[in-house]
Amino acid sequence: MTRIDLAIIGAGPAGMEAAATARETGLSVLLIDEQPEPGGQIWRAIECNVSERPDNLVFLGPDYAAGAARAERFRASGANYWPSAMVWHLDNPETGDKTALVAWDGVTRQVQARSVLLATGAMERPVPIPGWTLPGVMSIGAAQTMLKSSGLYPEAPLVLAGSGPLLLLFAVQCHAAGIPISAVLDTTPAGAMTRGLPHLPKALLGWRTLLKGRRLMQALASSGIPVYRHVRNLEALGADSVERVRCTSDGQTVEIEATTLLLHEGVVPNPQLTRLIGCEHRWNAAQRCFHPMLSDRGETSVPGVFVAGDGGGIGGAPAAENTGRIAALEIAEELGAVNRPSGDIEIVKARDNLRAQMAVRPLLDAMYPPPDWIGKLDGDVLVCRCEEVSARAVRGAVADGAPGPNQAKAFLRAGMGPCQGRMCGLTVTEILADAHGKEPDAIGYYRIRPPIKPVTVGELAALDGAD
Amino acid sequence: MFRRLPDPRARAVHFTFDGEALTANSGDSVAAALLGAGIEHSRTTPKSGTARAPYCMMGVCFECLIEIDGVANRQGCLVEVRDGMAVRRQQGAPGLPEDLADEGGQ
Ligand code: FES
Repeated sequence: MTRIDLAIIGAGPAGMEAAATARETGLSVLLIDEQPEPGGQIWRAIECNVSERPDNLVFLGPDYAAGAARAERFRASGANYWPSAMVWHLDNPETGDKTALVAWDGVTRQVQARSVLLATGAMERPVPIPGWTLPGVMSIGAAQTMLKSSGLYPEAPLVLAGSGPLLLLFAVQCHAAGIPISAVLDTTPAGAMTRGLPHLPKALLGWRTLLKGRRLMQALASSGIPVYRHVRNLEALGADSVERVRCTSDGQTVEIEATTLLLHEGVVPNPQLTRLIGCEHRWNAAQRCFHPMLSDRGETSVPGVFVAGDGGGIGGAPAAENTGRIAALEIAEELGAVNRPSGDIEIVKARDNLRAQMAVRPLLDAMYPPPDWIGKLDGDVLVCRCEEVSARAVRGAVADGAPGPNQAKAFLRAGMGPCQGRMCGLTVTEILADAHGKEPDAIGYYRIRPPIKPVTVGELAALDGAD
Repeated sequence: MFRRLPDPRARAVHFTFDGEALTANSGDSVAAALLGAGIEHSRTTPKSGTARAPYCMMGVCFECLIEIDGVANRQGCLVEVRDGMAVRRQQGAPGLPEDLADEGGQ
């Protein structure tokens, strides 16, 4: 068994910054992460690219390269670090420390922590279009991960479809790396600029982000990649894998050849751990997803359990670092850490930075609104990929008397497969909300039970220090 | 199908997929190694037996579930490929320990 002051889960911008900050205050820290090296999704494989494939840093860009210094600071912080480790249970007993069960190196280890910081970040919003389960259809983040981690890229014909900053960034990265893109199918609804304009004055505080967005838009426009605008009714077509993509663009039907179709409709908090430990969540209507309720210290409704980074609400990497810093300093205060010189000044500074970084969110939300069609889904399209449950079946569950996702799950097995609802949870909530004519808050979300990751018999048998 | 950018410092890793010898680069996840070697689908679904391929590459979709060295239900996108690994396509729903499968699914 491992006893520690602060257990941090997730080694992205928030987790690394929190670990380094907490170490400065004198807390003992353990950081647990699923990846083999620190960086999270944004700085995925940063150390490997710096040491083995420095040429790739050119097209991956300066914001990616900036992760190297962060990883270095974290490595030097003296925090304990378990890479390639999976938290499969997190428990909050009535009294005493929180317990995490972690599969690491073939053994399940028990971690007892006085405080827990969840820095598990965001996941891409699942995009349930017809044909999205065909091999060859992936998320844009998946393709970007393969490019960062392995230098792998999809062969032509490659089509990108969706909306938002990550789509832009990846298209520009591909172009800079000489990877051909057949078409970008932009699903952003008409009038982005008009929607964004009222939010512009406040957003100017985050001018750095705005400038970067502008640069990316210009780079895409001058790349020569065909861009179809105002895309709707997207479908992936093919027998054994994707062969063509069909959609409407400005009302006209478009059909394009593709052996890889990459989808992206923004990112949402990864809800698994905050749900598992019973944190309260609220629906965010502008972003169409649930957020854990957080105090301005970053604490959830479960005392001693904190959230930093995109898992608490989407803000991007620089904001994540500041929320990580704030949470670490607040936890240090609460646990009576020995060394907190000018901690309060630090918190004020971090909050100021955070305010500037969050100032662009309303503008981005207005310009790139989340899909309005997911709650309206019906018919054969698969909502739950694991158990192959259609939108029609989910609607049918309402007629059969299912008031919420947990009853729909019992009726249909949706959300009962290995992903435990990660891929269908939001869609099921949205469809049920639409069918009942209620707000998603009144509908709720799946109850999440352990183990939240597959545990092998060997890993269970080797539960260390359980007695 | 995927291709690789030139990588002069890459080190080759040799593994097998359903008995066939394949090569990857060190640092690849098992899921990336298979896609890089031209393996289009890495599992079939328990319900209809449909072919599936990795979707998220970051541990959330579970479409990369695969058998590695005799252990089923590994997330291929989270396991690094190693020399001598025996990887097999996962057909349907092989043995999750019963009690866990039940509990996890409630
Ligand atoms: S590809 Fe999604 S979990 Fe591995």
